[in-house]
This record gives sequence, C-alpha cells and structure tokens, in this order.
Amino acid sequence: MTMHGWLQILIYFVILVLTVKPLGAYMAQVYQGKASLLSPILGGLEHRFYRIAGVHPDEEMNWKTYAIAVLAFSLVGVAFLYLLQRIQHLLPLNPAGFGAVAPDLALNTAVSFVTNTNWQSYGGETTMSLLTQMMGMTVQNFASAAVGIAVLMALIRGLSRHQTDGLGNFWVDLTRGTLYILLPLSILLAVLLVSLGTVQTLAPSATVRLLENGGEQAIALGPVASQTAIKHIGTNGGGFFNANSAHPLENPTPISNLLLMLAETIIPAALTYTYGVMIKDTRQGWAILAAMLFLLVAFTGLAYSAEAAGNPGLVALGADHTPGEWQPGGNMEGKELRFGIAPSALFASITTATSSGAVNSTHDSFTPLGGMVTLVLMQLGEVALGGVGSGLYGMLVFVLVAVFVAGLMVGRTPEYLGKKIEPFEMKMAALLILLMPLLVLGLTGLAVSIDAGTSSISNPGSHGISQVLYAFTSQSNNNGSAFGGLSSNTPFYNYAGAAAMLIGRFWVILLTLALAGSLAGKKKVPAGAGTLPTASPLFVGWLIVVVLVVGALNFLPALALGPVIEHLLMAGV
Amino acid sequence: MIGHTEPKDQKFIKAKMIRQAAMDAVLKLDPRRMVRNPVMFVVEVGSLITTGLWLQALLGNGEAPVGFIGAITCWLWFTVLFANFSEALAEGRGKAQAEALRKTRKDTMAKKLAGAHAGEKKPDRYELTPSTHLRQGDCFLVEMGDVLPADGEVVLGIASVDESAITGESAPVIRESGGDRSAVTGGTRLLSDWLVVKVSANPGEGVLDQMIGLVEGAKRAKTPNEIALNILLGSFTIIFLVVCITLLPFSLFSVKSAGQGIPITITVLVALLACLIPTTIGGLLSAIGIAGMDRLIQRNVIALSGRAVEAAGDVDVLLLDKTGTITLGNRQAVAFLPINGMTEYALAEVAQMASLADETPEGRSIVVLAKEKYNLRGRTVSPSEQNPEGMRFITFTAQTRMSGVDLDHTRIRKGAPDTMFSLIEDAGQPVAPELRSIVDGVANSGGTPLVVTRNEVPLGVINLKDIVKGGLNERFAQLRRMGIKTVMITGDNPLTAAAIAAEAGVDDFMAQATPENKLKLIRTYQAEGRLVAMTGDGTNDAPALAQADVAVAMNTGTQPAREAANMIDLESNPTKLIEIVEIGKQLLMTRGALTTFSIANDVAKYFVIIPAAFASTYPSLGVLNFMRLATPESAILSAVMFNALIIVALIPVALKGVPYRAVGASRLLRDNLLIYGLGGLIAPFIGIKLIDWLLVIMGLV
Repeated sequence: MTMHGWLQILIYFVILVLTVKPLGAYMAQVYQGKASLLSPILGGLEHRFYRIAGVHPDEEMNWKTYAIAVLAFSLVGVAFLYLLQRIQHLLPLNPAGFGAVAPDLALNTAVSFVTNTNWQSYGGETTMSLLTQMMGMTVQNFASAAVGIAVLMALIRGLSRHQTDGLGNFWVDLTRGTLYILLPLSILLAVLLVSLGTVQTLAPSATVRLLENGGEQAIALGPVASQTAIKHIGTNGGGFFNANSAHPLENPTPISNLLLMLAETIIPAALTYTYGVMIKDTRQGWAILAAMLFLLVAFTGLAYSAEAAGNPGLVALGADHTPGEWQPGGNMEGKELRFGIAPSALFASITTATSSGAVNSTHDSFTPLGGMVTLVLMQLGEVALGGVGSGLYGMLVFVLVAVFVAGLMVGRTPEYLGKKIEPFEMKMAALLILLMPLLVLGLTGLAVSIDAGTSSISNPGSHGISQVLYAFTSQSNNNGSAFGGLSSNTPFYNYAGAAAMLIGRFWVILLTLALAGSLAGKKKVPAGAGTLPTASPLFVGWLIVVVLVVGALNFLPALALGPVIEHLLMAGV
Repeated sequence: MIGHTEPKDQKFIKAKMIRQAAMDAVLKLDPRRMVRNPVMFVVEVGSLITTGLWLQALLGNGEAPVGFIGAITCWLWFTVLFANFSEALAEGRGKAQAEALRKTRKDTMAKKLAGAHAGEKKPDRYELTPSTHLRQGDCFLVEMGDVLPADGEVVLGIASVDESAITGESAPVIRESGGDRSAVTGGTRLLSDWLVVKVSANPGEGVLDQMIGLVEGAKRAKTPNEIALNILLGSFTIIFLVVCITLLPFSLFSVKSAGQGIPITITVLVALLACLIPTTIGGLLSAIGIAGMDRLIQRNVIALSGRAVEAAGDVDVLLLDKTGTITLGNRQAVAFLPINGMTEYALAEVAQMASLADETPEGRSIVVLAKEKYNLRGRTVSPSEQNPEGMRFITFTAQTRMSGVDLDHTRIRKGAPDTMFSLIEDAGQPVAPELRSIVDGVANSGGTPLVVTRNEVPLGVINLKDIVKGGLNERFAQLRRMGIKTVMITGDNPLTAAAIAAEAGVDDFMAQATPENKLKLIRTYQAEGRLVAMTGDGTNDAPALAQADVAVAMNTGTQPAREAANMIDLESNPTKLIEIVEIGKQLLMTRGALTTFSIANDVAKYFVIIPAAFASTYPSLGVLNFMRLATPESAILSAVMFNALIIVALIPVALKGVPYRAVGASRLLRDNLLIYGLGGLIAPFIGIKLIDWLLVIMGLV
C-alpha cells in the first residue's frame, strides 16, 4: 500500500461527500414537484409528456396501483428488448451484420437490463447491433434506473406521510427522474468523457495497422461515451465493450476512471439527503449515509490491502512485489496498468457495493480476500450505497430490522420515524432479507450439484465455488458484474440467472411497495425521551452490525469453502 | 395474601413446581404444540432425524460413530426440553399465584335466589347451589360469615366485606347497592349484615380465569409484538435451514475437487442448524411473555389481555386522578387566617367549635389542627343554666352548604366563600376587601378557603390544603426521563389545580374535569398518536377507561368501570400504573436483549463448527479453530451442549425480566447492547471452550 494509493481513494470519497447535499436537495425538489434549477427549461416538456400519455400528474396511486404500473412497465420493457434482439438482423443500424440473438441469451439479456442488473453473458461488440445497443440497452439503462428511484420515492412517501394510501404517481416519478436527473447528468458526463478520449461515433469500426508483421486489426467503435455515461449514472454497468470499463476507448485515463466511479455513486449517496429532506429530518439521511460509507470504506481498505499484498506464492519464487517507481507492486494480474492497484480495488469495491457491476479489472484474478470483498459487498444486499434507489430502499429494510431489535431493547414497541413496526412490516422485512440468501445459496447449491452447472467452471476446487457463488450473487442482487472465469452463456446459467434477476428485482420491489403502503396508512407517533434515537452514532454502529451480521451469517459457510479456504491454501497454512 | 407468601411456603412450592415443570416439559414435546414455536419445532424435527441416524448407527452402518451421534441426539433433545421447561416453569408460577387467588372460592355453596329479587327486604327463601352452577344474571344472598361464591354486583343491602384474601389489605371495606362501591369479588368474606348480589360472570369467565388463560402457553394468544418477533425469528430459521441444506452440495463438490476427506454428515448439519437458529430466544420467548403476566399478578394486578401489558410499555401519557393518587384522599386544615383583629387562637377556637360535629375528614382535620397548634380541646357543652339549649349542631346539607353550631344565641358557621359571602350580605353587611383578598390568596396557593363567621360577622378563613403524597415528585421526574407525560385530572378549579400540579411536579393538569372532557382529552392525545393510560373507579370513568389504551380499574370500582378496563388492580392503588408501565417495558426489553444475545452467539458457533465440519476436507480451516478445541467431535458436541445449557442459564433472566431503568432510550440501548450484544459475542467462546475442556478432562472425547 502506498500513500499515493490511499490519496486516490481519499480524493474520491471527499468529492463524493461534497456532491451529496447539492444533488440531494435538487432531487428532493424534483420529486416533490417543486420548482428546480431545470424546471424553466424542462417543465413544459414534462407536462407535454403527461398530456400525450393521458397522465394526471396529481393523481395519487395506492401501493397496489403503483406496483401494477411498475410491473407492467417493466414487463413491456422485457418483451420489447427480447423482441429487438431476436429480430436485430432484420433491422437497420447493424453495420457488423450480427445475427439474431439466441432465445436463452436474449431472455437473460432482456431481463438483465430491465432489472438494472446488466449481467452480460455476451460480448457487446460481437453480439449486439448498434440499434439494439441504443434503442434497447440504453433506453433500459435510463428506464430501469428511473424505476429504482421511483420505488424509493414511494417508500419515502410511505414513511413521511401518515394515514393515507397515496404513494405518489409512478408515471410522474418515472418521467421526472429521467428528464430532470438521469438525462442532464448523463449528457454532462458523456461530454466530459468525450473530452477525455472516449469514442462517440456511429462508425462500426476503425482499421489499424499493427506493428507486428504489418498486419491489420479492426477496432470496434460505436456510441460509447453516451452509453457509458448512463451505464454509470444509472448504476447499470452493462458495457458497450465486453471489456467494460477496462477498455481504453471507454475508460481512457485515470481521470475518466475517477469520473466513472463518482458517476455510479453520486445518485445513491445524494438520495440519502433527498430522503432526509422529504422526511423533514436530514439527520436521518446523514446517519444512513454514514453507515453506508463506513461499510464501503472498510471493505475498500480490505480489498486494497489484500491486492497490494499480492500473492505469497510469487514472492516465494522471487518475484518483486514491492511498490516502487517502476511498478505498482502487489497483485497486478487482471488490472490495467494505467489505473494500478488502489483505483482498481476501489473501483471493484464501488461497483459491487452499488448495483453497477461495471468493471475495470478482472475480479476473478483478485487475491482470494480481494475477491471476497466484492462478493461480500453484494451479499450484504448492496446497501453500501447500492443501486440508484434500490440501495436506499434496501438499506431502509435493514433499518427497520435494526430498529425492531433495538427498539425492543429500550422497552417500547419499535417505531421508526414515528411509525410503529408491527407484524405486517416485520413480515415484509423478513421476506425481503430472506429472499436473497435463498436465491443465491439455493441456485449455487443446485449449480455445483449438476453437470450443467459444474461444466462451466474453469477452475476446480474452492475457486470454482467462488465463481458460481459470484454469478448468482451478482444476478440475484441485480449487480451484473462478472467474476470472469465462468462460461455463463449456457442455457442453464442464462435461464437460472434470468429467474434470479427477475425475482431479485421485482419480488423486492413488490414487497417494498407493500411495506410503503402499510407505513403510509399508519399514525405518526411523536418522538419523546423514551423513543429510540435513530440518528445517533450508536444507532449507526448498530445498523452496521445488523447489516454485517444478517449478510455475513448467511454466507459465512459458503465463503469459508470458497475464498477463505482459497486464501488459507494460498498463504500455505 | 398473594405475593406475600411466607418464605418456607414458597420454597416448598418451588421444589414442587420444578418437578411439575420437568414433567410438563416432556408432555409439551407433542408436535402439535411444538409447531406453535417454529424455532423449537425445527430443533425437535432435527432431534428426530438424529435419533433415526443413531438407531441406524446402532445397527452397524452409521454415518459417524454411535457415541458421537448419540451424544448429539441427546443434547438436541435436551435443547427442546429445556425450552419447554422454561415455559412450564413460568406457567407453573403463574398458575400457582392465580390458584392461590382462586382457592378461596372453591367448594363454596351459594344461596341462590329463585329469580331476580324484588323489594327492599332481605329475602328469606333460597336454594343452596354449588358456586360453579351459578350463571351470569343469577342472584344470590350472602350473609354474615359467608364467602362470596362469585364476582357480582350488589343489588340490595349494605355490608362490610373482608377483601384481604385478594387485596392483602386487612381493613374491611363497605359494599352497598348503587353508587361506586357495588362490585364484589368471589372469594371475599362478609363480615357483617347481608347482601343480594347479581352474578356478573359465568364461572370460568371471571377476571381470574381470564388471567389464568394468559399464563397458559397453549391457550395464550400471542401479542402483536410477539408475532412480529416470531416472524423475524422464523425468517432467520428459514435462512439457516437453507444455509445448512446447501452446505451439503458445497461439501460434496469440495470433497470431489479437493480429492480428500469425507462429505459433511447429516448429524453435523443438524447440529450446526440447531446452533445457528435462534434457539435461545426461541426457547425462552413463551416463558418471557408468561413471566410478564406473573409479575403483574405478584403486584396484585390482573391483566385481561396480554396486548394491554405490552401497550403499557409504550404509554406516552399517564392520566392520574388527583384524589387518592397524587394527594392523600382528603384536604386538611393547615392554617387559621384571622381578620378584623382576631387572634389566631380565637379563630381556632371558634373554628374548632364549628367543626366538632363535622364528621368529614376536612372537619376532623380542623379540630386536630386547633388541638395541635393551640392545645385546644374540643368540648361539647351540655345544656346548662347559662346555655339552656346546649349546643345545637348544624350539619352540612346541599341546600345550606355550610355547617356550624348554635350555642347560647351565638351562631357559628363555616362554609365555602361564596355561600358565606351571601350569608354576610344577606345580613346587611358588605364583604370586607380584606376577607376577599385572603380568600383569593388561599385559592391561588392551591388551598381551599373556608370562611368562619360568628353571628354573620366574618372572623377569618381556614386554609384547607391537599396534601401531596411524599416521593411523588421523584416518581414523576422518573416518568419524565422514561418519556412519559403525566397529567393530573381533578374536579378542582384551575387555580387550585395548577398549584397542586406544580407542587406534585406533574407535567400538565386538567381542571374541572367531567366524564366528557376526560374522554375528549384522551381522544386528543390519541389523535396525536400518543398512547394513553389511566386509572379509574367510578361509573363515570367507564367511557374514558374504554377509550384509553391502558385502562386500570380499581378493584373497588364499579362493574361498568371494571368492564371498560383492561387491567384490574386488586389493591386499588392508583400509583400502580407506574409499575405496570415498567413491567410492560421489561417484557419488550427482555425479548430484545435475548434476541440480540441469541444472534450474537452465532458468530462464535461458526468459528467452532465450520473448521470442525470440514476438518477432513480442508485441514487448513483449522486456523479458524483458534480456541484449540480438542477434536472436531468435541468441538461440535461442545457447541450443541452450550446451546442447550445457555437456555437453562438464561431462564432466570426470562422469568425476572431485564431490569428497566429510567435513563432514557440512548443509554438503555447502549447498556443493553454492551451486556447482551457484546456479551453474546464473547460468552459462547468462553462457554464452549470450558465445556470442551471438561469433556477432555472427563475423558469423554
């Protein structure tokens, strides 16, 4: 580990924290329908959309109507994206002449992008036409992100309102999120990326002459900057290129790398402030952000130290692992030289802590402990910032569980923000925290028991368990990052993965909305001296413990047989 | 007397109760009962599976050594039995207490009347019926020396009743038809006269029987909070079930790819499952709920629903009747304030005379004050030559609204200021400003002024004051720290009420309270989302009691009040509410603390079982066994034993409850997290190591 490395990590976190308040306040204005910076420009457009679609923006939806709207919108998205891939060979903007995508892969991909997972069982530049990428993937990159924030808004309204069943209007939330937040930020980022060297063209490819033997190579090109921008802003992560953010035409410099890391975290981080504004108690938002950042910083530190320590096996063979002027030291396998150890470890931590899943290095090549960090961050439920919207609504479920147990310990029926947590809320929270371990462990257990599952594993033994575990962890949590090493483009992994992504997204959304509906109908109990304070450092600490315990306890045996034993074997214990 | 049983008696009951509880624990293994508690049901199913594996091993083809499977099986059964035992013990205690209450009314014969009684005379024809045959609406006669056969309402007669059997209070109380003192409880004894009583509840439905229902695990309806906690525990159980089941394919895959070792056995998987699921809280949850009820009975409070006890822990506002709760029952004279140049001594003498025949507590207090302050002895003057008529006492009536004495053509009167002012004015004199200012001064200070006149000439004012009970200020401050607001309810005027409220240290008060505005006040608080508790005894309290979230009726209260309440205080002690709140809080805290402890335990258990379970496949995992437990078998057995024994070790905590201190939520949370969270993290490391060490020493492994 070097001072320089820590400094890069520090700079990222400082900038991130500085964006929280302004962006959070702006988003609160947008979702509360108040005048904001961009409403003079976009207000007319927004209302024209409502008129065309026949939406009455003041019409409140109850949780069921809201849920039906979310599900219907997403289902149409899946169907459209599936169809688009299946008939892409008949449509224009297919300069490379790619054929129709196979049914299992098309389904997996359609589900993947609609669920904000962006798991890619394919290589983008060798499978998808430009039209599919732009009208399919990119559209869903916006839509799935806007859906995530919309569901969060419904939950926040459930917490802040009382004795009502109205949770807002899904179509309005969807429109505002896309128009006022995702689009402007994406445009800004795309322009910055282009200025740093990311390509943006409709030309299919460039041909370059190679130094070696005078040969030629076709370099794939495309509208990369625009897609990369929303891929990060919306914590999507599905890259234009198979190499994702490790590709020099997508992520050319350390500065662009920093921008991409910031891009995938500014909205999730700022939403905590938006939350605070909307519930009229910003301390609650800061408290949650503190818990999220603590987890992220701690795990980033662990990943960085594990990667910087490198592989003792190589040291034993006489390889020089010490960082110096000419080498970054540590475990550089699978990492880009232009980034080095610290930004790669940070990027890996961020991408798994949010639901982004973009990668700038190969997680499969990380040291066992570094790889474990990426696994654990997803297994905690992606709440250390998490996906846009989904991270905070996931964290709020943990908050309810933490409040429930802590509330009992102070001798009152547990209440959060004046809302009593009763059997129905516990039922929803229990089903929410139950779901992910069931999906991940169940599918991993299945995969290592059948040939269709084991045949895709590239490394046998404990690393093989990590590969399969990673695949299902990533898809169930709608992360989408890949460990690499697992050949996942098989009917078994495509279908099982599609199921995991669908359940992992919409089951969670459904229960979250039901929870919001129940909370909105409750009375608000005024706080007193006997009320559990939920913005105190003690509670933040307790929340962190609950997230760690609930996440870690479920996966400890699986992790012990995967990365932990791998680390022990590598260390020669 | 309950709750005050002699120590030797209690010891006897304890030994007997433990034997009974041990037997009940076995009977409770019935799966139909166990399924009510999902966590322990899973352990029971696990025990059955390992029992089967043990039998298989006995026959020669076991998956592990017979002794190992046998030992694990044995301790798994103990885990279930210990949990059942804790519930049985709590039930036993509650039943013993309730039984003691009920004992008195067993085998009593009722003098049942043939139909509703009419007329005012004592009935002379009745039929002797066993008390168990009485039905709601029946009327019966009780005479001097009889034990009341059932709860009921007096419809005729007046009598003194010894209620010490249920209240522990030895002074007899008066019960009569109509008014606020008409309710009688079965099991009490008539000391004088006779009563005709109408039965208010069928046998088996009386308040005691309801309470006994609440301490029986099988019949007890779970409270909302218990249901919510059960859901959380259930979800942990399901997660760990999946964790353990999926460990089998992981293990098979690992063995295949590592090329060494044997897959994890079913016995170890079941042992791991039993250790991971929250058995500590799951096993003790029922006992905690029952023990909360037990603690109420110990304090002579009968709860009619478990929900009310939990709600007590959430109370934000406490409505307290002034009289009897905040102040001693009656006002007392504290000062004589003379005017017109009278001396205090002379005023005291006149005032004493005016009060000689006044049997009200206020009147007596005037006599006593005069005696204590000026050594004046009240004397009754017999008719004599100077005074042929003797003393003619004027008693207080609603019409005259004053009392006094006529003596030797002297008319001495005392009464409320407005009455006395008109008396003075009717005699053609103006009311002196000096008098008015003294009267106002007394009223402003929270006292009640009485004006004394002689022949319609005002002599001065007696200051009667409410005496605030000692130690209340401190209790209210404690409530404030608990986050509970206290509101005093009184019929007094606002000035008096404010003064007393300030003296007692309550947060707020309601003066000139009527049943309507009491009800309104409760609704206002509830609309703000607050939970309201109140005590009451009169029929006019019934609507407010029914509206309050936690309503405690005095046992001496009327039937409507008792029916509207969800708790009955047998001792009729209004400050009991504070203790009820604490019991409610303790109930919730005990659940939270043991849940935290239970989950925190899992960390240590993982460190013990994971290396042990995979020792043959991956010997390197032994690094995690930093406690250096002797063998994989001893490690797993120690964890299972610890898991079972910790239930027994925590039974006292479950029964007594985690102590509540009024220190505010943050400190409570910090302290409980340190004790039960951190403690729960560390305790199993020590406990398991200790058990492992004992197993080694005893040569069992």
